[in-house]
Amino acid sequence: MASHGISVEVNGKTEYLTVPSNMTLLEMLRDRLALTGAKNGCSAGECGACTILLDEEPVNSCMMLALEAHGHSITTVEGLAREDGRLSPLQEAFAKHNAVQCGFCTPGMLLSAQALLNRNPDPNDAEIREALVGNLCRCTGYVRIVEAIGAASRDRGEKDDPTDA
Amino acid sequence: MTQLTPDPVGQSVPRVDVYDKVTGAANYVDDLQFGPGLLFGRLVRSPHAHALIKRVDTARAAVRGVKAVVTGEDTPTRIGLYLKDRYIFALDRVRYVGDTVAGVIATSERVAEEAARLVEVEYEELPAVFDPEDAIQPDAPLIHPDLGDYEVVNFIFPEPGTNISEHFKLRKGDPDSAWAHCEAIVEGTFRLPQIQHVPLEPHSAVALWEQSGQVTLWTCSQSPFAQRDLIAQSLGIPHGNLRVVSPYVGGGFGGKAGVSMEACAVAMARAVKGRPVKLRMTREEEFIGTTVRQSLVAHTRIGCDAEGNLLAMETGYHFGGGASNEYGVNIARAAGYSCTGPYDIPNVKGDSYCVYTNMPIGSAMRGFGMPEIHWGIEQIMDQLAEKIGMDAAEFRRRNCVRTGDTILTGMTMPSIDLPACIDRVTEAIDWDQRAQPSAPHKRRGKGISIMWKAPAMPPNPGSSAVLRFNEDATVNVEIGAQELGQGAFTVAAQMAAQALGVPYEWVRVSSPIDTKYSPYEWQTVASRITWSMGNAVKAAAEDARAQILAVVAEHWDEDPSDLDIKNGTAVSYSSERDISLQKMVVYGLPNEGFEGWKGGPIVGRGRFMPTYVTNLDPETGQGARAVVHYTVGAQAVDLEVDTETGEVSILKVASAYDVGKAINPDLVMTQIEGGAVHGASSAFEGLKFDAEGRPLNANLVDYHIMTAVDAPREIHGDIVETPLEDGPWGARGVGEHVMVPTAPAIANALNDALGIRFNDLPLSAESIYLKLREDQR
Repeated sequence: MASHGISVEVNGKTEYLTVPSNMTLLEMLRDRLALTGAKNGCSAGECGACTILLDEEPVNSCMMLALEAHGHSITTVEGLAREDGRLSPLQEAFAKHNAVQCGFCTPGMLLSAQALLNRNPDPNDAEIREALVGNLCRCTGYVRIVEAIGAASRDRGEKDDPTDA
Repeated sequence: MTQLTPDPVGQSVPRVDVYDKVTGAANYVDDLQFGPGLLFGRLVRSPHAHALIKRVDTARAAVRGVKAVVTGEDTPTRIGLYLKDRYIFALDRVRYVGDTVAGVIATSERVAEEAARLVEVEYEELPAVFDPEDAIQPDAPLIHPDLGDYEVVNFIFPEPGTNISEHFKLRKGDPDSAWAHCEAIVEGTFRLPQIQHVPLEPHSAVALWEQSGQVTLWTCSQSPFAQRDLIAQSLGIPHGNLRVVSPYVGGGFGGKAGVSMEACAVAMARAVKGRPVKLRMTREEEFIGTTVRQSLVAHTRIGCDAEGNLLAMETGYHFGGGASNEYGVNIARAAGYSCTGPYDIPNVKGDSYCVYTNMPIGSAMRGFGMPEIHWGIEQIMDQLAEKIGMDAAEFRRRNCVRTGDTILTGMTMPSIDLPACIDRVTEAIDWDQRAQPSAPHKRRGKGISIMWKAPAMPPNPGSSAVLRFNEDATVNVEIGAQELGQGAFTVAAQMAAQALGVPYEWVRVSSPIDTKYSPYEWQTVASRITWSMGNAVKAAAEDARAQILAVVAEHWDEDPSDLDIKNGTAVSYSSERDISLQKMVVYGLPNEGFEGWKGGPIVGRGRFMPTYVTNLDPETGQGARAVVHYTVGAQAVDLEVDTETGEVSILKVASAYDVGKAINPDLVMTQIEGGAVHGASSAFEGLKFDAEGRPLNANLVDYHIMTAVDAPREIHGDIVETPLEDGPWGARGVGEHVMVPTAPAIANALNDALGIRFNDLPLSAESIYLKLREDQR
């Protein structure tokens, strides 16, 4: 199997890796970088548990080859909290609203939600639900997840706290 | 500064696991790191529903990178929870499409997968049977000809020489003569397909068999201890040499109860001693190769008098248990001893069968037989009410079980308040108001359903707990109950803090669950953990508290009964002295002038096991105490149907459950919400097979579970609290229950909207549309 040298910015740090042609981006994150937050739920792009951000866009990392990420920037769930461990407003809202049960879908949910808030700071419930259609959850019934995302967007709108930047 | 929460029981404190779960730090089995020595396994599965294995040739699979191939000859002993009827790898015979025939171990998952295709298996096909009613016919192919030789617990009754693995009989009163007194009688046949749990985390296991004979299994399991017991028995491992470690579980719903593919991983590790072997299920394997909910064919007939009093019921439940019924036999039993649903019916004849079929293995799933039987019962109750001209909610208030009733098995009903649940949901759904549809081609409808469910278990499932202190008086709670997302760890921490008298924030729950270090817990199933583990945690905390107070009392020369622990400080009500626990829970307290010491590290021990459950008469199902208790509840649904497309929009679900005491009210609400959507989704789910038993929709596109867009928008939850006699602070479980009445409430609402009954699941826009067209012709 041919290998390729790639450089990828992962959670703000540039990584140089040699990856085989058939390695998925999810395998690269989990097996090479030990970033196990993105989960393998179906290997087919159907469940959304492996969702990461590729240059701000949510993608199923199981459906992308690692070498396609060359030159791009990636955010995983491990990159959401601040350096000192404080949670991001979205993570804080998920915690506060009990939007988490088993937690397996949570990393993907958070990244799809973050992508939504990045492009639409004030989504309504229908827009939130639409943005989560590719992220399955079997535990929560989605109620608290939708609530949490709505609350995070409202908090951000009201606060605009410069220390949060 | 962290705010401290004294007396957390009854408060909606934050989950203990939430930080790890929103940062990606929470580890699941597939996240654990095993280094470069890790090997990977793939399973060879049967392409036939029923066949004899004539020959297995593994020679061609010995390609570069393959370390070993394991077949049925390596695992000749059976395994099972209630009935030992399953081979870890098929021996001589395969019983469903997907049955495990061999396991290939290689240096990578890809090599293992390629080599698995090279294992040659010669089969001699046998006639197969898929429907439980066909399978009980005298000429049906026998799926387990050796059933009579299988080891079975003494409360399960297989019928060797047939495909019946369990027959539970319930006989109460005299239904034959009661029918004549009925003003209304309704009967129906109801069919439910196999459905799958669809946890977001597929099953994954890593096993290591060391040369010394020590075996470790890392597993995503609701049942680390049951896995230790069953795998140890089957593979001849001394229990003390088998260590099962289970980190966070990415959703269970019963699918990770008992043993499924984990035993394969252990058997495969034995072939490559000294190296860990990882076996993880693809999504397709998760659908057909782990376990599924059993199918059911129910024939039910119920009658009432002109005043709406239920008089008689006759029912036959035929559960399609699939190729192995080692766990599923107890589902049929549970459906048998609860066969009436939550109703007081004086004359009952019930027969509940678990039947082998050449289908995926049926096993535990959220509700454990209750969603299946309530589907028919609750539709018949609506029809009876309609026939005698009574409101459906009123009909249920009149007939539902109440505290102190002698229920169908002869046991006395522990405390519950079902009428209160009915009142709450009818109020929340505006039961008496008729709402207008949003368009002329749409119809609105409301439906109600009530439910009961008891934990279905052996009579003596135990729980235990240990409390140990750190020097700063923070407490480690050690339990064997698993965190599946339901909040078990949080509830354990709340109970320990409450019973001990320390703030919630001082409590840590020791995880992962590890059978080598964690105290025993039967299984995290049956909605039994808050109740059973809770009692053990409370006992352990009370034990620790008594030890602390004894030391302090001696130190102060006071009576322990004058002392208390409040918010982490031991206080005296007589002398008004106080002392921080930080000073004494590990190092003890010095005598005056340091003339010696007293006390020492405090270790609290607690256990709980119900000791009062009795076996039932095999001919009548009668006995003093069939089960520990029941949780009851009610569900109402408001929906709209598009008559041009058959599409259903569930606008609102109202739920009320009697949980005895909500230890963490917000976590109860999240169970109510999640259960309502799971239940609603299940009404539209069904595994499909072709005529040869091959699965047709074993993926997440063709087997659709509700997304954020499909799910009901509004879920109103209500908590009723009628304390349970032996529950910790009165608590009983609620994890499964909301799953039970949701589908029948939808069916009753559909009938309200369209005047059409749907006896068979799954529902779909297509089936509703076709039924509407049929009706117009």
